[in-house]
Amino acid sequence: MAESTAPRVRTGRRPSTYLLRLIVTGYLVLLVAWPVFLVGRNAFADGTTDIQAILDDPDIVHALQLTVLVAIIAVVINTVFGVGISILLVRYTFPGRRLLNALLDVPLSVSPIVVGLALVLVYGGRTGWFGPTLQNAGIQIIFATPGIVLATVFVALPLVIREVVPVLEEVGDEQEQAARSLGANAIQTFRRITLPAIKWGVIYGVVLSLARSLGEFGAVKVVSGNVLGQTRTATLVVEEKYLNFDRGGAYATAFLLALVAVACIIVVSVIRPKDQR
Amino acid sequence: MSIEIKNVAKRFGGFVALDDVSVSIPSGQLTALLGPSGGGKSTLLRIIAGLERADSGRVEIEGLDATDLPPQKRNVGFVFQHYAAFKHLSVHRNVAFGLEIRKRPKAEIRSRVEELLALVHLEQFADRLPSQLSGGQRQRMALARALAVQPTVLLLDEPFGALDAKVRKELREWLRRLHDEVHVTTVFVTHDQEEALEVADEIVVINEGRVEQIGSPDDLYDQPANDFVMRFLGPVTQLGDRLVRPHDLQIHTGAPDPADVTGRITRITRIGFEIRAEITTSDQIVTVTLTRNEFLSLNVEAGSTVQVRVAPQIHAGSATGNRSEILRAT
Repeated sequence: MAESTAPRVRTGRRPSTYLLRLIVTGYLVLLVAWPVFLVGRNAFADGTTDIQAILDDPDIVHALQLTVLVAIIAVVINTVFGVGISILLVRYTFPGRRLLNALLDVPLSVSPIVVGLALVLVYGGRTGWFGPTLQNAGIQIIFATPGIVLATVFVALPLVIREVVPVLEEVGDEQEQAARSLGANAIQTFRRITLPAIKWGVIYGVVLSLARSLGEFGAVKVVSGNVLGQTRTATLVVEEKYLNFDRGGAYATAFLLALVAVACIIVVSVIRPKDQR
Repeated sequence: MSIEIKNVAKRFGGFVALDDVSVSIPSGQLTALLGPSGGGKSTLLRIIAGLERADSGRVEIEGLDATDLPPQKRNVGFVFQHYAAFKHLSVHRNVAFGLEIRKRPKAEIRSRVEELLALVHLEQFADRLPSQLSGGQRQRMALARALAVQPTVLLLDEPFGALDAKVRKELREWLRRLHDEVHVTTVFVTHDQEEALEVADEIVVINEGRVEQIGSPDDLYDQPANDFVMRFLGPVTQLGDRLVRPHDLQIHTGAPDPADVTGRITRITRIGFEIRAEITTSDQIVTVTLTRNEFLSLNVEAGSTVQVRVAPQIHAGSATGNRSEILRAT
């Protein structure tokens, strides 16, 4: 950005530039790249035996499948509601809009474990505020898959919105107005004009949500009940194995989790066109 | 009458955008809504299009009460100042949009789009994206897109406002010629009086949410209803207590006549063929414009004493008559 304004900066491949790059690179390597790499290396410390062992254990396969299922449901819910809330926030003014906006940051700022406890207070089968009613209707939320989905949706809620809102603001509403004046109704306008315009914001939000949903631990730990083969997710498997001194299994599972998340982000940054946000 | 606006009012919070406006816009003509920024003219256009709702009042389009109709049911074409091009669609698909929404047969859409692209001279750009066009080309595309659905009325909101001066001038001449070919009732908003005077059949002057005057360009220029219209439509200067156009003043070096005002030339500016002379009289500074030849034949220079008078048969407003109008315009 600064290049275009100050020629000094453009010509300035000066020592300080290299020093800054070195500091930033070193920081990121020590904090992110090296630890993640070590997880991968530990996962393959004994060749592929650890990975193989995990994939042969039906309970762990179940945990991986549950994680993926929960993540997909959570992402679908968060995408639909996220796009809807984004449009509401950007295109409409209503009383309480700022409050809603602030509220949307709560899931990011509150510890996931608090989220888990809060959900138990509301949906808990015996003592929850809303739980007994649902229980009597035959619906169990806490210590079952719906609870895990709920917790995951909660923690990943703002990610789509925070990606889509700036794009919606930047695109403006003139194209939508033009579409309306050309005869398109609300649904046609959304499908043909709004959605293509915010496409990359939505995709990036989905990827971030997916990565976050796959990796959720704290809130899920509280609400899932952690029953082997039923409500134990992949992150809980990692903890369980690590605490039971099965380092190999823990690293192998952790590696699979990290792999999916990192792969998503890399794929999107590669295919995302450079000129679009 | 094609568009009938009756007692329309609109507020944005405490700001009064339109204050009981009634206008009739004739069929088949090119009408300009002219006025200063923030005067309410764009709001009026958007109310006609249905993009904004009036707080009170009615809007009729070709005899049909459109007050409560959503924009997609009004059959109006709208052209935005910043083009509002559909960025992800090619020029062809942009123009085809309204027809696709109306589910017209593919062959009909293709031939209609080709016809329109030819009309706006963009045939060879059909497969490009809007980002690959210049501003003027994008606006012509937007115009073709609006015309594609054969609107009852075509509404243009400062259509040339975002373009540079040269393209702007070309496009406004082109719009005039296009209108002579297509004859759709057209309303355009502008704050540029030259644009309105050059292009429009009829001008509605709007200021502070009210209609100041409606008339042909000649009417407005020669018989402004008040000082605001007079000041807005062209340059003015004050001679004694009269408001006149600088080019309606004459100067001579002969013996003073009772109607003349004596003054001294204090500054001479040349703008191309036009000479602008500032003449300081006993109590004011008067600006007079004349052609280069007129000026040379007078044989005067800065410091010369001259007589100034209003050319015969010229309308001149009373500068003291409506003080508030003058203060507002200056």
